[in-house]
Parts: sequence; C-alpha cells; structure tokens
Amino acid sequence: MRGTVGVAAASAAAMVLVAGCGGGGPQSGGDQKLTGGRIVLGVLNDQSGAYSELSGRNSVKAVEMAIADFKAKHGDKAVTKDITVETADHQNKPDIANTKAQEMYDRQGVDLILDVPTSSAALRVADVAKEKEKLYFNIGAATTDLTGKSCNKYTFHYAYDTYMLANGTGRTATEQVGKNWYILYPNYAFGQDMEKSFSTAITAAGGQVVGKDGAPFPNTSGDFSTFLLKAPTLNPKPQVLGTMQAGAELVNVVKQYNEFKLREKGVGLAVGLMFITDIHSLTPAALAGTTYTDAWYWNFDQQNREFADRFQKETGTRPSFAHAANYSAAIQYLEAAQSAGTDDADTVVRELEGKEVNDVFLRNGKIRAEDHRVIHDAYLAQVKPQSEVAEPWDYVKVLKTIPAAEAFRAPSADCKM
Amino acid sequence: MTGFLQNTFNGLVGGAFYALLALGLAVIFGMLRVVNFAHGAFYMLGAFGAYVLLTEAGVPFWAALVIMPVGLALVGTALERAFIRRLTRLDPLYNFLLTFGLTLILQDLVKLRYGVQSSPYETPAALSGSVDFGLFDFPTYRVFILGFAVAVCVGVWWVLTRTRIGMVVRASTERPELTRAFGIDVGRWVTPVFGFGIGLAGLAGVLAAPMRAVNPLMGADLIIVVFAVVVIGGLGSIFGSVAAGFGIGLVQAWGEAYLSDFPIVSQTIVFIVMAVVLLWRPAGLFGREEAPA
Repeated sequence: MRGTVGVAAASAAAMVLVAGCGGGGPQSGGDQKLTGGRIVLGVLNDQSGAYSELSGRNSVKAVEMAIADFKAKHGDKAVTKDITVETADHQNKPDIANTKAQEMYDRQGVDLILDVPTSSAALRVADVAKEKEKLYFNIGAATTDLTGKSCNKYTFHYAYDTYMLANGTGRTATEQVGKNWYILYPNYAFGQDMEKSFSTAITAAGGQVVGKDGAPFPNTSGDFSTFLLKAPTLNPKPQVLGTMQAGAELVNVVKQYNEFKLREKGVGLAVGLMFITDIHSLTPAALAGTTYTDAWYWNFDQQNREFADRFQKETGTRPSFAHAANYSAAIQYLEAAQSAGTDDADTVVRELEGKEVNDVFLRNGKIRAEDHRVIHDAYLAQVKPQSEVAEPWDYVKVLKTIPAAEAFRAPSADCKM
Repeated sequence: MTGFLQNTFNGLVGGAFYALLALGLAVIFGMLRVVNFAHGAFYMLGAFGAYVLLTEAGVPFWAALVIMPVGLALVGTALERAFIRRLTRLDPLYNFLLTFGLTLILQDLVKLRYGVQSSPYETPAALSGSVDFGLFDFPTYRVFILGFAVAVCVGVWWVLTRTRIGMVVRASTERPELTRAFGIDVGRWVTPVFGFGIGLAGLAGVLAAPMRAVNPLMGADLIIVVFAVVVIGGLGSIFGSVAAGFGIGLVQAWGEAYLSDFPIVSQTIVFIVMAVVLLWRPAGLFGREEAPA
C-alpha cells in the first residue's frame, strides 16, 4: 500500500512539474488523458489447443474489426487514433495466463484484457486485474465465480456463464422434452459446477434428476458407453440425457449416443455447452433435434448476418458467439473510453457501470453495477435436421429468446466489490 | 446380469484398441528396444487418413482399412531406415526423445492443416445397425471391432508361433546374440517389424474414426493408458500386451459401471492396477526379469 501511495505522490509531483513547465501538449508524455497517448487491447486466449477454433486467433481478428469500426465512426473526434492489439496464447493453463496477463498490463501497456477461456485461467487473470487495477472483460470462461466470490471492480463477465446455460436448457428441456433427467458430466470444476446448476434448474422447473455420473476427465479411453448403456435402464427411465462434456469429449458422447441409438430408445439429448464449431464437426445430422442455450447466433437476424458476412470475409468462416462477443466487448470499451475521454481504469469503470447497451452481440444488454455481470438476451436453440440446412453453417433454429433479466442470475451475495 | 454382459462387452471393445496398440508397441520394443512414443501419433494419422481419404477422394471405410495401415507401415519403415536405426546403439533415451519430438511435429502439422476441431466420420452403412443378442442388443460396429481385433491378434500369434518368420522374430526378440550366433541376420528383420508395429497403430486409428472424436490430439491421451497396458503385460511380451490390453479394457468398463460412487477410483483404476502389478511382479504379468548384465 505504501508503494502505491509513493508512486501516486511521485506522479503527482511529476504532473506539477510538467504543468509548471507549460509543456503538456497531447503528444508529450505528460498527457494524463491516455497513457502513452494510445489505447492497447490485449486478447489472451487459447490459440493452439481445444478452444482455439471457437475463439482463438479469429477473436483477435474480431477485435481488429472493432477498432476499425470505432475509428471509422469517430474519425478525427476519436479519443485517439493510436489503437493497437496485443495477443498471447495462454494454452488454457492458469500459470501461463497469470504470467501473460501481468506481462500485458506491465510491459505492453495493455488497457483491457479480453476473452480468457477456461475457468481456472479466467479466475487467475481476475486476480491480476484486481491487483494491477486494470480492466478485464472475460468472454470465454463459464464460471459464475467471476461475478461471485472472485468478483472485483475491474473484472466484467461478458458473454455467458453456467447459470445461463443451465437455466435456459435445463428449464426449457424439462418443460418441453421430459421431466426425468440423467446427467453426465466431466468430473472437474466446470463439470461439477454445470451439474449443480442444471440439477437446480431442472428441479425448479418440476423435473427430477434420476441419475447422474461424473465421467473421468480427461477421459483417456474416449469411451462413454458404460454411462450411455446405463441411462435407459434407470428407474424411472430418463427422457433426457443431459451431457456437460465440451469440445472433443462432447463429440465422443454424441457419436456414441447415436451408436447406441438412445434417441430411438426414447432418451432425448440436451447439451450443456455447445458452440457452432462443435455442430460443424459433428454434422447437424448427428445432433438433429438437440436443444442448447446459445449466447448469440450468426443467422438470427439481419444485423447478425451482416456482421457474419464481414467476419467471413476476414476469416473465411462464420463467427461463433465468442467471436461476436469479443467484437462487442472491444467496441463497448472503446466507446466508454471515448465518452470518458481517458483510458484511466477507474474512470472507465464508472462510465461502464449500469450502462444499457444494444449492439450486434448485446441485445437489451446492461452492464450490472452490482457484480459486473453483463446481462443480455440469450437464445434457446435447436439443431436443425440435415434436410433443413439451407447453407453451410446454417445449423440452428432459435426456438425462443430468453429475456436478459431471466437469462442470468440475480447478483450474488458472494460478490463483494 | 444384462447390464453386466453389456459392460463386459464394452470393456472388450475398449480393450481391443489397447490390445492392437500395445501389440505394436510390444513387437517394436522386443525387436528394437525402442519405446516408440510416436505410436499415438500414428494412431491419430490412421484415423485422420481415413477421414481425408473419404472427404477428399471419396475412398470408403473398407478401402481405408487396407490403405492406411499399409501406407503407414511404409512410412514406418522409412522412418526406421532414416532415423531410428542411427540411434539404437545409443542410450534408449535418444530414440525416446526422437519419437516424442516426432509426435509433436506430426500433431502440429495436422493441426495446422485441419485445426483442432474434431472432424466428422460416419459409421459405414453396412455396420450402422445393431445386433440382437437376445438379452440385449449391441451396435454392429462394436461387434465388428471386437471380432476384427481378435482376428488380427490371433493372426499375429499364428504368424509368430507357427511360421519360420515368427520363429526368427521371437528368437531375435528373446536372445538376439544367440540368434546371431546361429547365423541368422537379425538386422534384416528390424525394419519390417517396426513398419508392422506402426501399421497396427494405423489400423487401430481407422477403426476408431467412426466412434471416437477424430482430432490431432486423439492419440495423445490414449497412449498414456497404452503405455500402462504394456508395462502391466510385461515390456516386450507379445502375449502379455494383448492380454493386458483386453484386461485393462474390462477393468475400466467395470470400474466405471460399478465404482461410479467413487469417481476418484474409477478414474485412476488403470494406474492403481499398474502399481499393484509392479509391486507384485516388477517385470509385469508376463514379462521375464532380465538377468543383470
């Protein structure tokens, strides 16, 4: 603490000195509006592993698009024209995420860190943001702890979380597909969190969980058949299999679900967390009829489609919700810095808190001041049968829009800013 | 009872993959004293090869089942000629590092071209149904895998025990110096045996494509269990690797089914078995303790 006071005193003294000299033009180092006269955005995510396709380098592209759009909109009136992106691969490892985040804030002059998938890594970066008093918008991670016991003044949780997924899919599938559930989850922090959230949502909607199993994680054998065989033999027989597996493990579960013909045996499928890239690799035929909660869908309306077309020109592929959310988060930060006229973190936080926003990703969005959860409309989606797929990546129909206020949980009592 | 039979069947199917992979590792280790860390990568290449053949050349599963193992066996022989051979006289660590490095390169090359997302591969139409066993029905494809793997293992056993080639290979594996003293050119058999082991890994990969996620890292997780299987069976023991492969498949399936209240146990059961076996028989179940040199 003493150190911080010392630094503050020293910079105050420097300010007086500079002002005294009568210098202080916008280009000089003494400009207090923007550190170094520029804004630097940092994208920290998985660029080589399991989550590199659903976000990864294409999210860096999305952030670059946001910068270009911001500059085009504000032209000469922009708070600065010197806006750049730094990026790093955290390999989904908390230790690397921690080091890279410090490096970004301290050495690369990053004002805002974006993305950070993998909950354990995401939580470590939240601690770094708090310590360095610099901004952090998490997009890629699911844990509600970011707005619960690990919440802090500089951390915002932007796109989705386990509550949103469970509340959307768990409740609706209980009402529409069946009341009895069998839940299969990967046995680690994310999976256990998802299982709890789903069980709560299912019970609240009048359903019951007749069985649940934690599968080994990582599942080295790649085999889930023991659990899939067990599902139809439970009493009462479950009507829904809820799988919380993600990425390649989800692919294994779905392949084997089809192999054992569980749908024909009257056990429907609900997926906890799924990205459009997962549907692409499994093919819609393998997943037809599966319901899940999506934070955003590229072909939902004209506005999304226009963004998706531009994104495809840049990257050659359609955007996942993580790509759109990274774009939106970068835009909202830059707009906040624009109206605040500075990149000073505390001032920008004041600008963001309580703000109501609508953009290509955030519909009826609001940046909640209490816990920094960014709430927005979510979507209950269903995978189309192959026959209804009209063009590549057109895999989903939106069954229902879940209004922002219902989609996310109320601010948690665990969060003390 | 039905449940038990189903789980047993499943364990044997899972074990079939372990057995095919461990068998390849065992013949390679026996002949060359090389722990081939790249085995998982060749398994992945088998599955990816099947996917690429299907999507880019329209080659069906059945053809891939022949093309990929043969093709990869040729790659294996070239690899042995060009690199492995040069390092066999040195500390085994050198070949371990070589094959480990090769794994990373192969994985990243595939990643570069096809990304990390899993690629789709359909079960061949003829095998997509299920077989009725009276008490329960079971996916035809799994029945096929089990039958096929057993046939391959029996075939390899027949070649090793009933043919002249097999005799030479067994003799070179067990007593290389003595075999040489009888005037048999042991070196001549090293390359084809290495290629054959790699071919088996490729075969397991093709078989896995319709039922497992096909992605660049699919071999990386599996190979750890396969190493445990080889150690349990006894390093270099050909019968041991197959028996331990099916055995571990069963243990895993039963563990998941009947120890689901103790997830920590069912997750680590393979390694618990390995530790117990090593304490009891340090050379593995079917391995022979080597006399100190």
